[in-house]
Amino acid sequence: MSKTNLTRRGVLRTGAVAGAGLALPTYLSAASHSGFTNAPGDSTVTLGFNVPQTGPYADEGADELRAYELAVEHLNGGGDGGMLPTFSSKALDGTGILGRKVEYVTGDTQTKSDAARASAKSMIEKDGAIMITGGSSSGVAVAVQALCQEAGVIFMAGLTHSNDTTGKDKRANGFRHFFNSYMSGAALAPILADNYGNDRKAYHLTADYNWGYTTEEAVRNSTEALGWETVAAVKTPLTQTDFSSYIAPVLQSGADVLVLNHYGGNMVNSLTNAVQFGLRDKQVNGKNFEIIVPLYSRLMAKGAGANVKGIFGSTNWHWSLQDEGSKAFVKSFGTKYGFPPSQAAHTCYVQTLLYADAVTRAGSFNPCAVVEALEGFEFDGLGNGPTLYRAEDHQCFKDVLVVKGKENPTSEFDLLEIVEVTPRDQVTYDPSIFGGELGTCNPGA
Amino acid sequence: MDALILQILNGLDKGSAYALIALGLTLIFGTLGVVNFAHGALFMIGAFCAVTLNRLFNLSHEVEVPGETDFLGNPLMRDVPYLYDIVGESAGAAIIDWSVPLAILFAIPIMIIVGVIMERGLIKHFYKRPHADQILVTFGLAIVLQEIIKYYYGANPIPTPAPDAFRGSFDFGAMIGFDPNTIIYPYWRLVYFCFSVVIIGAVFAFLQFTTFGMVVRAGMADRETVGLLGIDIDKRFTIMFGLAAAVAGLAGVMYTPINSPNYHMGMDFLVLSFVVVVVGGMGSLPGAVLAGFLLGILESFASMREVINFVPGINQVIIYLVAIIILLTRPRGLMGRKGVMED
Repeated sequence: MSKTNLTRRGVLRTGAVAGAGLALPTYLSAASHSGFTNAPGDSTVTLGFNVPQTGPYADEGADELRAYELAVEHLNGGGDGGMLPTFSSKALDGTGILGRKVEYVTGDTQTKSDAARASAKSMIEKDGAIMITGGSSSGVAVAVQALCQEAGVIFMAGLTHSNDTTGKDKRANGFRHFFNSYMSGAALAPILADNYGNDRKAYHLTADYNWGYTTEEAVRNSTEALGWETVAAVKTPLTQTDFSSYIAPVLQSGADVLVLNHYGGNMVNSLTNAVQFGLRDKQVNGKNFEIIVPLYSRLMAKGAGANVKGIFGSTNWHWSLQDEGSKAFVKSFGTKYGFPPSQAAHTCYVQTLLYADAVTRAGSFNPCAVVEALEGFEFDGLGNGPTLYRAEDHQCFKDVLVVKGKENPTSEFDLLEIVEVTPRDQVTYDPSIFGGELGTCNPGA
Repeated sequence: MDALILQILNGLDKGSAYALIALGLTLIFGTLGVVNFAHGALFMIGAFCAVTLNRLFNLSHEVEVPGETDFLGNPLMRDVPYLYDIVGESAGAAIIDWSVPLAILFAIPIMIIVGVIMERGLIKHFYKRPHADQILVTFGLAIVLQEIIKYYYGANPIPTPAPDAFRGSFDFGAMIGFDPNTIIYPYWRLVYFCFSVVIIGAVFAFLQFTTFGMVVRAGMADRETVGLLGIDIDKRFTIMFGLAAAVAGLAGVMYTPINSPNYHMGMDFLVLSFVVVVVGGMGSLPGAVLAGFLLGILESFASMREVINFVPGINQVIIYLVAIIILLTRPRGLMGRKGVMED
């Protein structure tokens, strides 16, 4: 009779060792030896939403966060699906991303580059975020994009309008859906010519940082090509609140157009001051004095109140668009939150869907596979018409909206009216004009 | 010449705000010996009194607009202020239009109460502590107050327009013989300047011509002796803190049509107002007013394109440069008293 030494403890020990041995390859392939940073496990994947939760753009950040939460809900199969049914790519099916449930962590950029980098770093290193997205400032976007490149994760920019983000500071791991200063200038110019003619003298007030410079340059180039003369361009400190001493000399300069290359609180205050000084009621050089705001947002227009009436600007998207994608997004967002989404919310929602779709089409979370899937990707149904993610600079090319402050708004959201949808071809440019090197994608690990 | 006049006018309204805030700061420093870094927050709270009153006047019920839909396709609801139901549409609209001037009456008691609570609840515990402690605690209080405002009102500026009668501008240049459109000045800025002159005059008259003011001035000169005479100087100083808070609050109320208020506006003015106090002379009320207007005008000149082209960035530092020069040549400031902040 043979005797077996099978004991309960022995079975447990052997089972544990065998289990660990079998699990080891999975662990190695999923994490440190996956070949890329923060490879997700089998059940969940973590995205990092880095938005201004405090500071001057906190309201814009709050709207971005709402959009991200909505996108996660839709990716996981919740709600009404938002733009998933209207998106031309049908890779996403509401089961998360590659079968993993989408989770997220948030960070506060404070609209400061160093704070934004610190929160992004924390989300990557501590929370295991595989993609970082968000931001309401070009300075922040450029800084976080560079960090993501070094860390080997994908950066899907939120609201950033400077040419630099996908120009001289572009990175292989970074992608921008939002339009840029060049496109604003190119879209606005024909409308300005139609409404104000080709013989104008423009005076620029420009926020003293990189977004201000690129916006001034874009609008100057576009308007000077029309035949306009730029009589002066004055830099204003970002911290300025009272612009009266900058506005007052405008009429003495002989200018008949004031271009406010300002955003956020700067724009609200400078426009308010310009209207207070009665610029819009004046006649100069035999013409009505006009004001232009190259980049508009509904949240800013709300801050400036009635002062925006009749003033031209450009925007990336507006909730009143009547394409199926926009209608679906507005319905979904409006039902959940009680008011229509801002352009910042729209671009953030779209970026999340585009990332998830790219991962799904690539069949991998590897950043280099995602880059490959996004480069040259043509899509539709996300609110901006047919759109191309250009491979050369990772910039989206799509129609640009020229808007005007509405004369008779019917509600607190109904502040801007679309006067022109500028076709994509008209705002497309040679990728080499802004310099910079995309480099190669970095998978990290 | 017209450009110079224009910048002087611009400097006057900016200087008005500096002078009003610096006046309150100096009153508090002169009476209580406290360096109050929360004073900018009082300016901001005053501005939000105007916002709050405007919102109270605009409290509404919804009325369906026949035949129109909202952004979700539901029947469009229009807000109708309860005020219209109470006093009629035209009277209600007029009250809403004049909400900023009316907010003066709303803000005075609120600011006095806020000031007294601030002094009794927190600042009195720091009278005998070093100035560094006072600065730290009042700066912390300022941050707490602005975060509270941001929580309830959001981070974006809130438009609070002047009454219709004072919107727009007038051609001051044409009135004094220059070409049209050379010197344009907004009506409301003129109102703000006149308002600040009245408030400053009222504060000086109060201190100069009332018994209360006389006691306060005596207390500022020699607190101990006034106490020995049996006068409760602490109580009077607490009231002065409330009055200083009201002055800052009124400056904030009337400033709202100039720049849409936001939670950060107090901080924007605070540092410059402190420079104004130091340049004017710590504890000197006339010095604070003089330095407020002087630095406002200088800042305005430094923002001229010709000046910036000549010395780039001068608009950012002019006030501090002048402060350095004045403090090097007159260490007590323009009108500082001997012995104040010299220990």
